[in-house]
Amino acid sequence: MKNRTTVERSSERELVVTRTFDAPARLVFEAWTQSALFKRWWVPKSMGMNLRSCEMDVRVGGRYRLVFGDEGSDSAEFFGRYVEVTPPSRIAWTNDEGGEGGPVTTVTFEEKDGKTLLVLHELYPSKEALDAAGTGAADAMGETFEQLDALLATLSSSVDG
Amino acid sequence: MVQYSQARFDTSFAALSDATRRGVLEQLGRADASITDLAEKFDMTLTGMKKHVGVLEQAGLVTTEKIGRVRTCKLGLRRLEEEAAWIERHRQLWDARFDALERVVDELKRKEKVDGRKKRK
Repeated sequence: MKNRTTVERSSERELVVTRTFDAPARLVFEAWTQSALFKRWWVPKSMGMNLRSCEMDVRVGGRYRLVFGDEGSDSAEFFGRYVEVTPPSRIAWTNDEGGEGGPVTTVTFEEKDGKTLLVLHELYPSKEALDAAGTGAADAMGETFEQLDALLATLSSSVDG
Repeated sequence: MVQYSQARFDTSFAALSDATRRGVLEQLGRADASITDLAEKFDMTLTGMKKHVGVLEQAGLVTTEKIGRVRTCKLGLRRLEEEAAWIERHRQLWDARFDALERVVDELKRKEKVDGRKKRK
């Protein structure tokens, strides 16, 4: 059976995502903290986005920088710094691409009977900031579909006319 | 997501089980109204109407806003739908991401097993 992903808005300012993995915490932590591995899952194929580069200096105070988009086209960057790194149980980072006061993401890895419960918290500075929070690169994909919809609508109306 | 919706549906159905409250929703579907307006229209005391509106508000079916001394009520259905859609959008992203993470973790697990066997030889 597929492991379930749950998403809950635990407070006005906080989003909580959970998922269980059938593996020890150190392996899930490894996949999260080594850029070569991280690159393979952070942007799933269904997102239709290209993660052009991914630099991660995983230690307290270290920085990360993700660049999305194809070479030579418009790119989107996501960056910040790690504020907590405790292998293999906890990692937290800031999200600074939107300027000061961005959300802080905390991920905990809790191992029990060879399985790992992963809990991700995203704490925003205000309710309004979380309301407006997009799903990053996934939103960009949504926009692409909207553009396609608009184009298809134009095409079908010209056929009707 | 399932649990989240279930709890919401329960409170929504409980809120809809009362004829006055269904009437209030119908009324608010035509126009926003203050609690005083609604109490008059349904021939009720202010306290009684406040209770009904409170139940509808709890269920997310009505939202109220106090401006000065007047509390205005409006339909909250749209807000409820938006909230559910917002949660679902985030869930889809994380679900796709974690499916991919699972594949990477499974691969690490298999690799570790093979390496372990090699070491024992």
